[in-house]
Amino acid sequence: MMTFDQNAFLIIFTASLIAISCGLLGVFMMLRKMAMTGDAISHAVLPGIVIGFLVSGTQRGLEVIVGAGILGILATLMIDWLRKKARVQLDASIGITFTLLFAIGIILISAFAYRVDLDQECVLYGEIAYLPIDLWITDAGKSLGPRIMWLAILNLILVLSFITLFYKELKLTSFDEKFGVVIGIPASAINLGLMSMVSYTTVSSFEAVGAILVVALLVVPPATAFLWTRQLRQLIQLTLIIGIAVSLLGYYLAYLLDSSIAGMMVTVAGIIFFVSVGLTRYRSKIKFGTQNEAKAFSS
Amino acid sequence: MEDFLYFFSFQDASIAFVVLGITLLGIGSAFVGTFSFLDNKALLGDAISHAILPGICLGFMLAGEKNPFFIVGGAIASGGLATYLTSWLKDNTKLSEDSIIAVVLSVFFGIGIVFLTIIQKSGNPEMAGLNQFIFGNAIGIVERDLWIYGGLSIGIIGVLVFMLKEFQILVFNPDFGKALGLPMHHIRLVFNILIILAVVIGIQAIGVVLMAALLITPGAAARFWTDRLKTLLILAAVFAIISGIFGTYISYTLPQMPTGPWVVVILSFIALLSFLFAPKKGILFRFYHRKKYIDKTQRDHVLKSIYKAEELGKPALSLEELTHIYPHQKQAIKNSIKELEKEGQLFINQNLIKLTKPGKMEAKRIVRLHRLWELYLNEYMNIAPDHVHESAEKLEHLLTPELEALLETRLNFPRLDPHQETIPRDHDDI
Repeated sequence: MMTFDQNAFLIIFTASLIAISCGLLGVFMMLRKMAMTGDAISHAVLPGIVIGFLVSGTQRGLEVIVGAGILGILATLMIDWLRKKARVQLDASIGITFTLLFAIGIILISAFAYRVDLDQECVLYGEIAYLPIDLWITDAGKSLGPRIMWLAILNLILVLSFITLFYKELKLTSFDEKFGVVIGIPASAINLGLMSMVSYTTVSSFEAVGAILVVALLVVPPATAFLWTRQLRQLIQLTLIIGIAVSLLGYYLAYLLDSSIAGMMVTVAGIIFFVSVGLTRYRSKIKFGTQNEAKAFSS
Repeated sequence: MEDFLYFFSFQDASIAFVVLGITLLGIGSAFVGTFSFLDNKALLGDAISHAILPGICLGFMLAGEKNPFFIVGGAIASGGLATYLTSWLKDNTKLSEDSIIAVVLSVFFGIGIVFLTIIQKSGNPEMAGLNQFIFGNAIGIVERDLWIYGGLSIGIIGVLVFMLKEFQILVFNPDFGKALGLPMHHIRLVFNILIILAVVIGIQAIGVVLMAALLITPGAAARFWTDRLKTLLILAAVFAIISGIFGTYISYTLPQMPTGPWVVVILSFIALLSFLFAPKKGILFRFYHRKKYIDKTQRDHVLKSIYKAEELGKPALSLEELTHIYPHQKQAIKNSIKELEKEGQLFINQNLIKLTKPGKMEAKRIVRLHRLWELYLNEYMNIAPDHVHESAEKLEHLLTPELEALLETRLNFPRLDPHQETIPRDHDDI
């Protein structure tokens, strides 16, 4: 029953890749207090996906990725514009932006329903279980393995190189944007770069895990790690470990309960998060308990 | 046109049901959403709308069919848990609020998806109805739904209107409420229940994702037109009604078009118009005012510079000399000169710019305000003479005649400013 066959390996491997890409970006998103912006982007890419689909005629075209990337950046700019120029508070700007773009996406799907084989469900939920049968087959008819796995590998390479190349800039602008600007870091360009990486990751993963689960992988592992440590390096390491654990446990739990793998991954992430909340609270209680006593004594 | 008349005469009972339903739940959501927008918790509604998915699924599993009582009950339970967790995590961890909302939202939704696939695999034929619940289907509102959900919406609106004062205190100053002895915890509880109810009802018309728009957008748009809470609520309701009716109309004339997304697009359009064109807070209005102010300061600078040259015994300045004083604003200076010439404040003679009589009066006034303010800062605020210029540079454009008179009497009509320069008056001449 509990098997570790090739399919299981492929799914867990791909899920881990996606979880790692999302987690890496998510750490910086969280530090910039942009967790909900990530959520907004993952919904806002929908019209880009549809337009890319219409242009290329397939869900797998490069146009889809480009379209989604453009929409992701557009969403970021729109949120910024609403906040700075129209002076709408940040959370409302996020809400207005992603609902408008998502609505336009659904309208486009409905308008071109006969040409676009897409629906809200597939964008929101995704299904990683079909991964092993969705193969990348060359023109010569040779199978190179699951298509989404290759997308995830490419995605991770891009995310990794983005973060290693701009590590210092990302770090500085995440903690103190103004200082970053003062020493000459193009903060808004770095920000846009991060946002386009997030939108690209959303698109390349939505078929597998769905938009909302991309958000979960962006947000939950970094938030969990943040409960344990404040050091950036440890934060990243812990996020990666949690991401991989989530993929592994999520797969087998879904297998046991015969349920959605992506949904189970998020459930596992949620469980790890809440257990961490409990443990860290217990830990801090002990610490603060003695400190308070000492304070009470001295005063 | 025929369609238009047929639709808006509401002869067709099913059209009337849909319009009435979407209007009622639109108003309910707009009211609740406006309050949570003012409370800076706009995205809490988004979190709730995702978080009720597991509750809906559990209710469905328990009832074995699409029973509204079980489903609404389950939704309220899981929405309530999510709301509680959000505030509990905020008090007990160091995570920022947006991270907490994103965590709660996605974890609950993920659990919901697990339940959903379990239901899917059980092969229950009522599954389609459940999907409608999640993605919304306004057109699907039938008479029975209208009684339940329309009734609930009216209930929400009623409670909000009835407890307006309490919620106002909750949103604007909860500590004040506590000091008054109001049970703020209970008021917040009632308010949270209202949000959850509004979301549960609204989702069926518009879907999980777009629910946030029904809550946030009307209030955010209305906020640009007014500072008064009652007007704000009425406007938000009006925006919700307009978008509800036209959204339904569009999907009526173009049957392949979904209602909910069109409602959101129209709402966003209204919001965009508000952001751009609303008086006082709108972008264009603020831009226009800023431009007007900058133009005025620019003109003041030109007049002042020529006057100062006159003080030094140079009765006119050339354009080059003027732009030399403000090297970064050449074009603006040229425009101001043109403007001032038109107003008759200065005249140009053989490339030399000179003040006319009214121009000189105005220039004197500006210089006088500048120097009076410098003196005031120096004498009353004990600021050193070499530190007063910056502030006077700003205030010279802003001080009103009333303030000027007050400064004059306070300082007893002084003759010299802290830099020993004459404070010019209308009757003396240089």
